[in-house]
Amino acid sequence: MKQTLVTAFALTTGILLSGCGAAEESVEKTPVATEEVDLTAETDAYKEFALEQMDEFVINTEKFVTAVKAGDLEEAKKIYPVARMYFERSEPIAESFGDLDPRIDARLADVQEQGQGEEEWSGYHKIEYGLWVENTIEGYEDVADQLLKDAKELRARVETVEVSPDLMITGAVDLLNEVSTSKITGEEEIYSHTDLYDFKANIEGAEKIYEILKDKMAAKDQQLVDELETKFQTINSLLAEYEDENGGYISYEELTKEDTKSLSEAVNQLGEPLSMMGIVTE
Amino acid sequence: MTDRTEERFYEKKISRRQMLKYTGAGAAGVAIGASGLGGVFKVFGMAEEEDNPRSKNKINFYGKHQSGIATECQSYIYFASLHVLVNSQQELMDLFKMWTPIAVRLMNGEQIDGQTSNMLIPSKDTGEVVGLDASNLTLTFGVGPSLFEKESLGLASKKPAELKDLPHFPKDQLDPAYTGGDICIQACADDPQVAFHAVRNLVRAASGKVSLKWTQAGFNSYPMKGKKKETPRNLFAFKDGSVNPNGSRESEMNEVAWVDAGQSKDWMTNGTYMAVRRVQMHLETWDRTALQEQEATFGRHRDTGAPLGKEKEMDEVDLDEKDTNGAYIISENSHVRLAKKTKQKIYRRSFSYSSGVMDSTGTFDAGLLFISFQKDPEQFIAIQNSFGRKDKLNEYITHRGSALFACFPGIQKGGFIGDSLFSII
Repeated sequence: MKQTLVTAFALTTGILLSGCGAAEESVEKTPVATEEVDLTAETDAYKEFALEQMDEFVINTEKFVTAVKAGDLEEAKKIYPVARMYFERSEPIAESFGDLDPRIDARLADVQEQGQGEEEWSGYHKIEYGLWVENTIEGYEDVADQLLKDAKELRARVETVEVSPDLMITGAVDLLNEVSTSKITGEEEIYSHTDLYDFKANIEGAEKIYEILKDKMAAKDQQLVDELETKFQTINSLLAEYEDENGGYISYEELTKEDTKSLSEAVNQLGEPLSMMGIVTE
Repeated sequence: MTDRTEERFYEKKISRRQMLKYTGAGAAGVAIGASGLGGVFKVFGMAEEEDNPRSKNKINFYGKHQSGIATECQSYIYFASLHVLVNSQQELMDLFKMWTPIAVRLMNGEQIDGQTSNMLIPSKDTGEVVGLDASNLTLTFGVGPSLFEKESLGLASKKPAELKDLPHFPKDQLDPAYTGGDICIQACADDPQVAFHAVRNLVRAASGKVSLKWTQAGFNSYPMKGKKKETPRNLFAFKDGSVNPNGSRESEMNEVAWVDAGQSKDWMTNGTYMAVRRVQMHLETWDRTALQEQEATFGRHRDTGAPLGKEKEMDEVDLDEKDTNGAYIISENSHVRLAKKTKQKIYRRSFSYSSGVMDSTGTFDAGLLFISFQKDPEQFIAIQNSFGRKDKLNEYITHRGSALFACFPGIQKGGFIGDSLFSII
């Protein structure tokens, strides 16, 4: 749910940096992109991807909610990180709904920073708390029901999103920024420590956007494509070192400082060339 | 609720763009793109930049020696020690080639590249020095012993014998987080943001080719006598660098700092060796030490900077002078005596630092980013060994970081940073 926070931050920063007058202008509603290149096929492909992810997200959330309500702690814990990956992969779209995103994905810290009390807290991370800290899911039935409802609503609303090249290009970098600022610090999954699942999903989400834009990009700058290819490989093979025997990932708590540092550096080294994907619009 | 949601969505999308716009990066970039690129031409496929004589407060990049050594010491430093990530000599050479025109532009006080009109990509220059002049920025590049130990780079035969990790000195408490490095960039300027911006942009341009090992910011403040900078004081309030050679006198620098032809590996001729020490100064203990004891520790008077028993800063330090009881006026374990009796000279260019709080003690993490240049690291080693366990100052300081770098000779037009290291001859 970093979305609202990011928004708040960007706004504050905008105002701080630009002095008076910027605040009003920053709600102007017509993005001025230099879109001379026809990227309709690419935006369509991305929307299709997002919808697939959302379908899976709903299916897996349903499984998760069923396990929670059946009181099957072990099963719920198993589904939790996997279900969330579908959300994290398509975050550039999922997070565009400022009300749904926090209901599904807010951490307690986010809720508190918004000046709200614990009673406002809902969604995955609330149930995460029950599963890993309280070791019970009694009393979480309503939260679970609401979560499924929200997931379904999100799926329905994604249908209405108009995907622009801007959303894809900015979204890819945002996904990496997510990794750099909260996944790599273990702040996303403070109870389950399943941060590496989110990490992987964010990378996959960015990689998907890259894959879709790749051909058009190669026509402009083959070197950039080559570099991105290598950098995605680097981060993916680095992540593969932390897979567990079940095809999942080890706990964030098992990572050493050196581990997180090398992961973080690999993300940053991917982020620099990734930020140049905007050349496809030229 | 839905309205608010949508508004938020747009706010987010726009604010990013607006930020760019309002910080002026875009506009200024375009302006420079139009006017500032006149001096660019290509040599062997490498964009060459020239020192811009019209830049304000500018130090030249090209010359016999690198800038930032003999250059009159500025007020700020941002020092970075880097890991090298590339795996071939060619890539390493390309890295220095890529850095060269950027370094020239930075020292010209210019944006490192014109901004394109594509608002969907970030600008090449990070933009925080737009509106500032060159601020006497200097950039000094060096390489550490570890670079030559990387087999993939194939530089082993180029390693000067004297380029090796500094020995362990008594009382050293080195923290690996502030030790060593394959490459260093010393950025000095009369504006702290200009110095930081230079390193930030060089590191960013080399993303994936280098990574940060450690960095340290520092500062110096100079009392002015007319237009002349006086010796700055360190955080113990003592003048630091009174007996320094005069950087503007080539003869003194030749004697102390510049590597002579035939003295080291050929590629080091007109270069110099840079010793860097991150010295924590225990401010809390120093501040409760009586002034007399403080002065005895250094062997100088605090306020005037004069050697004990003398009146003026530049008065000769007389190690033989005794008081009426027959005791040396400058005591046997004073900092000045131990340094002077080695008869070794080094060219010092240090900065104070303050970097927050020491985790373990709750005290200031502050001190001296000691930097000295010498034609042979032995000059520094001899002095540091002389301090040994004896130096009274040891009680108040702890060396926590250490590195030695071979700084390349100056760069000639058409050449690139470190080119002598890669030449076949």
